[in-house]
Amino acid sequence: MVDYSWNVIIFQIIFPSMGVTLLMVLCATVLACLLGFCLAIALFWVGKHGLSPNEKCYATLNIVVSFIRSFPFIILAISILPITRFITGSVIGWESALFPLTVAATPFMGRIFENCFKEVSLDLIDAARSFGATNLQIVFKILIPATLPSIVNGGVLSVIQILSLTTIAGTLGAGGIGASALIYGYQSFNDKIMYTLVIVLFVLVLAIQLLGDYVYKRIK
Amino acid sequence: MITIENLHKRYHDTEVLNSINITIDDGDIYGLIGRSGAGKSTLLRCINGLETFQGGSIVIDGVDIATLHDKSLRELRKNIGMIFQGFSLIDRKTVYENIAIPLECWHIPKPEQKERIEKLLKIVGLESKRDQKARDLSGGQKQRVAIARAMVMNPKILLCDEATSALDPKTTDEILELLLELNKEYGITIIMVTHQMSVIHRMCTKMSILENGHCMVSGDVKEVFLEQPQALQNLVGILECNLPETGINIEVLITDEAVGQQFHSDLSLSLKKPYKLINSSLTHYREGVLSAFVINVSQEDYQDFLDYFDANHLNYKRIERE
Ligand SMILES: Nc1ncnc2c1ncn2[C@@H]1O[C@H](COP(=O)(O)OP(=O)(O)OP(=O)(O)O)[C@@H](O)[C@H]1O
Ligand SMILES: [Mg+2]
Repeated sequence: MVDYSWNVIIFQIIFPSMGVTLLMVLCATVLACLLGFCLAIALFWVGKHGLSPNEKCYATLNIVVSFIRSFPFIILAISILPITRFITGSVIGWESALFPLTVAATPFMGRIFENCFKEVSLDLIDAARSFGATNLQIVFKILIPATLPSIVNGGVLSVIQILSLTTIAGTLGAGGIGASALIYGYQSFNDKIMYTLVIVLFVLVLAIQLLGDYVYKRIK
Repeated sequence: MITIENLHKRYHDTEVLNSINITIDDGDIYGLIGRSGAGKSTLLRCINGLETFQGGSIVIDGVDIATLHDKSLRELRKNIGMIFQGFSLIDRKTVYENIAIPLECWHIPKPEQKERIEKLLKIVGLESKRDQKARDLSGGQKQRVAIARAMVMNPKILLCDEATSALDPKTTDEILELLLELNKEYGITIIMVTHQMSVIHRMCTKMSILENGHCMVSGDVKEVFLEQPQALQNLVGILECNLPETGINIEVLITDEAVGQQFHSDLSLSLKKPYKLINSSLTHYREGVLSAFVINVSQEDYQDFLDYFDANHLNYKRIERE
């Protein structure tokens, strides 16, 4: 076992891997948020009490979402490797990890946002219809403003979920904190590095949660 | 004017509305009353196209609403405000912002928005709450905001679905007062769905009673209460009093307040015959009072009483024990 100095641990292991992790989380969050949001609106739109109910469409979407969500992330990532290679041109590096991360996180976020929309009272939606709002206006002027705090809450949940997925992605060649903890820590029998990285992850999660709570309180 | 003709509405196999015929004139306050599940809300929602129907027609100011789609349907809804039992506001937005939503949807310029909203805030008495979040309002205040929002596109018709059912009696009174004022001030036609008879008494000029999707009775509120049709009795429950077993029971209905007040003294002074007072009730209507008395007279005197009622043009009917 090599005993790395704190200097090395901080500047050569933590900082670079944290950079990669943050980049992955940020990009995957943005992509999954956008797609998840569209998915949630689609689900709500055709849902039973939605804007334009359509049983068949809803059942199809519902099955697809549940299907993807039923995969453990590592299996999902491996089973879509060919598609990942086709799209990103490679299967290693954090950019390639974005694809499986987005595929895994989108249905998760879609479901969370859909549940936010379902909280909106039907009377509120009927009221909007009754003054002549279009379905799109109902989405943007009623649904989203009414549920913004829950959306933020759900978003925070998703970011933390994605953070934990990136550590798994790390073991598949994406790099980042997870990979470092595994390679420099666990596999090198170096508890110092492993637990330091665990603490770093913990601080990251805490920071995301606190930031989310702060935003939630501000907009509530 | 709203003309509903032979309206049929089904959900899957269940007939929810069955050949409904109702005409509502401009400026009326029209009451729709009936038991839970009678189809009141469904009928109301057909009027502004929130529900479709399978047969018959609804014509509003000459336009058959079944012919409207998308844009034209939304234009129609713009002219029909609607308020609900539940509170249908965005809780985290202010009173002002909530009332502004319809204006935003119809792209009304900001200065005009401000003008309209402030005028309405004055009418519904919420000027001081302008920038308060909707969730910090009381039930009655929320309903006032909902009314302001329903009025902000200057509709000609206002649909109210149990608008006061969730409120306490005093707040109910205030909201009804506000609606009456809007009707008087702007000549707006109001359709009230309710299961509270007092709302009908207080507000409505005309009414219909719905029973299992059928319209059993339609007409002037006062006349319906004078005629006491079966549907009305089903609704208010047969006279609560126990009718005596002997003698004959007569119910007298009087619409003239002064005549009602004098009824007993006049009756005893002119006939000088004994009778028992079994039940009496006073109901306050939008215009005037309806007095209802049930008296019990002996077999021998029965004809004398009838002659007296006929001579005085009083509305009466004999009622039998169940
Ligand atoms: N979406 C629906 N699908 C199937 N049946 C429905 C639906 N909406 C209403 N119904 C049925 O239609 C009938 C009339 O309902 P409606 O809501 O119009 O009654 P209501 O008179 O307004 O009752 P309440 O006083 O309880 O509000 C009820 O039997 C109800 O079960
Ligand atoms: Mg109802």
